[in-house]
Amino acid sequence: MEVRGLVKHYGETRALDGVDLDVREGTVLGVLGPNGAGKTTLVRVLSTLIQPDSGSARVAGYDVLTQPRQLRRVIGLTGQYASVDEKLSGFDNLYMIGRLLDLSRKEARRRADELLERFSLTEAAKRPSGQYSGGMRRRLDLAASMIGRPAVLYLDEPTTGLDPRTRNEVWSEVQSLVRDGATVLLTTQYMEEAEQLASELTVIDRGKVIAGGRVDELKAKVGGRTLQIRPADRAELPRMVGAVAQAGLDGIAGATMDEAEGLVNIPIVSDEQLTAVVTMLGARGFAIAGINTHLPSLDEVFLAITGQKTSLTDDAPRGGAGAEALQEAAA
Amino acid sequence: MTTATIGAPVAAPAGEGRISLRSHLRHIGALTRRNALQIKQDPESMFDALAMPIIFTLMFVYVFGGAMFGPGQQEAYVNYLVPGLMAMTGLNIAMAVGAGVNEDFRKGVMDRFRTMPIARSSVLIAKIVTEIGRLLVAVAVQLAIGFALGLDVQTSVFHLLGAVALSVVFGSALMWIFILIGLTMKTAQAVQGMGMLVLMPLQFASSIFAKPTTMPGWLRTFTEYNPLANLADASRNLVIGGPVAHSVWLTLAWSVGITAVTAPLAVRRFRNKT
Repeated sequence: MEVRGLVKHYGETRALDGVDLDVREGTVLGVLGPNGAGKTTLVRVLSTLIQPDSGSARVAGYDVLTQPRQLRRVIGLTGQYASVDEKLSGFDNLYMIGRLLDLSRKEARRRADELLERFSLTEAAKRPSGQYSGGMRRRLDLAASMIGRPAVLYLDEPTTGLDPRTRNEVWSEVQSLVRDGATVLLTTQYMEEAEQLASELTVIDRGKVIAGGRVDELKAKVGGRTLQIRPADRAELPRMVGAVAQAGLDGIAGATMDEAEGLVNIPIVSDEQLTAVVTMLGARGFAIAGINTHLPSLDEVFLAITGQKTSLTDDAPRGGAGAEALQEAAA
Repeated sequence: MTTATIGAPVAAPAGEGRISLRSHLRHIGALTRRNALQIKQDPESMFDALAMPIIFTLMFVYVFGGAMFGPGQQEAYVNYLVPGLMAMTGLNIAMAVGAGVNEDFRKGVMDRFRTMPIARSSVLIAKIVTEIGRLLVAVAVQLAIGFALGLDVQTSVFHLLGAVALSVVFGSALMWIFILIGLTMKTAQAVQGMGMLVLMPLQFASSIFAKPTTMPGWLRTFTEYNPLANLADASRNLVIGGPVAHSVWLTLAWSVGITAVTAPLAVRRFRNKT
């Protein structure tokens, strides 16, 4: 997938303001950005639903602008709003899509049954999908996108609005799709989701790409996770912070104290560091009441990358500030 | 969990991306099945097709029949009214198509259709095919109540079927107009309102309910050019006998003309909808 200089206006707003992207075959690109950053517009352009004002995009060897019909044979789309027919049963939805993809009646039936089973929907196959839970509907939507075994799959905020358990189900399905060799473009508002699913990440804001690269590189830039430790006795807080600083564990710069919450905060970038910290504290006889790790939020990611908050949460001057900050960070 | 792998696409090789006639028909079939399953899931949506012809027929025959043809002459009015009402039923069904399309096409599943390798017209054609089915049901109910009230076909069963066919042809042409309106207007309510505005004069300033010879000159002129009045005349004369050639040809010409203009516009509108 190769996207160059994509621009799309809606009246005065530039939903896409010169977006460049590359996705290698068989990999997952996460597109991370706040609401209104242009993620959905990007997906709609790449799935031939809308035409860009300028720029070009090639997907699976087909030009999005001049070969939309060919392209539609090899893509699948799962949107933020499930695109299945609510009045039809799960089976009828999948069967219909099979027939629209020119499968024979028999083949369409077989493929529908196969995917219902794969997505654990066999029991609900005959019920109208409007009666499904949010997670089931999202799974049906994924199944619908896979009927034609698409080479390229677009997932537009596939877990927005889902509870954590359902979200995990969707994640594991996406992971197994990727193992099977699909190329995936995933949009999300959550760093955690991008980290779980994507190998590469592009951060966009106000229709512009403001950062891109491998997930671990970006994570290093952002600072990974924060390890939060709650001592059994609040009075231990300063001693604990001191112990972490003195221990000189590999890659751990130090710790800060959150007296209000009774927590010690330690920035870490790997699971090994987590183990090392906890082992060290245990060996020194600290009584630990609670351990938590906290991933950076989208706001923190933006702050780390661009030096400013997301476009929706502040009124910082518009323009190239984000890109400049990124160049500094890269330098 | 079985292993349904991604692998090679199962769809036919991309080639030129052209859609063969056979595929096109298959797509229309699959989408018509979808529409039919929707009706099955929501049988109340058939209410208008079933109840409207009954209510209209009963109301007009017993409320106005006496006034039109003299007290106790309701049966004579049945023969005048029912063939013309078939024409109106087509218009009512077509109007509902507009609101239905407006609602349907705001759903996420339309996005899926529009990212699939199918001709976008097949979604609209499937809608028309489904609605013709609904129209046939409505016309059947209409005729059934007509017969129950004493409708007397004075020609032949083939003439009657001809009248039904004419209503279907003209009705499907009207559906394209309302699909176009449905795709253009913002809400289903607006479509309904717009529909009523067009509907009322066409329905009542026609020969459906009363003989135009009883109307003032200017109104009579209007009915002569009102396509719905032409259809009602054709339909009536086919059922109770009378000259049909002029009104039948006029109705067919209107149908072809309306479809030729509005169908391409509707497909284009659907294609460019975001």
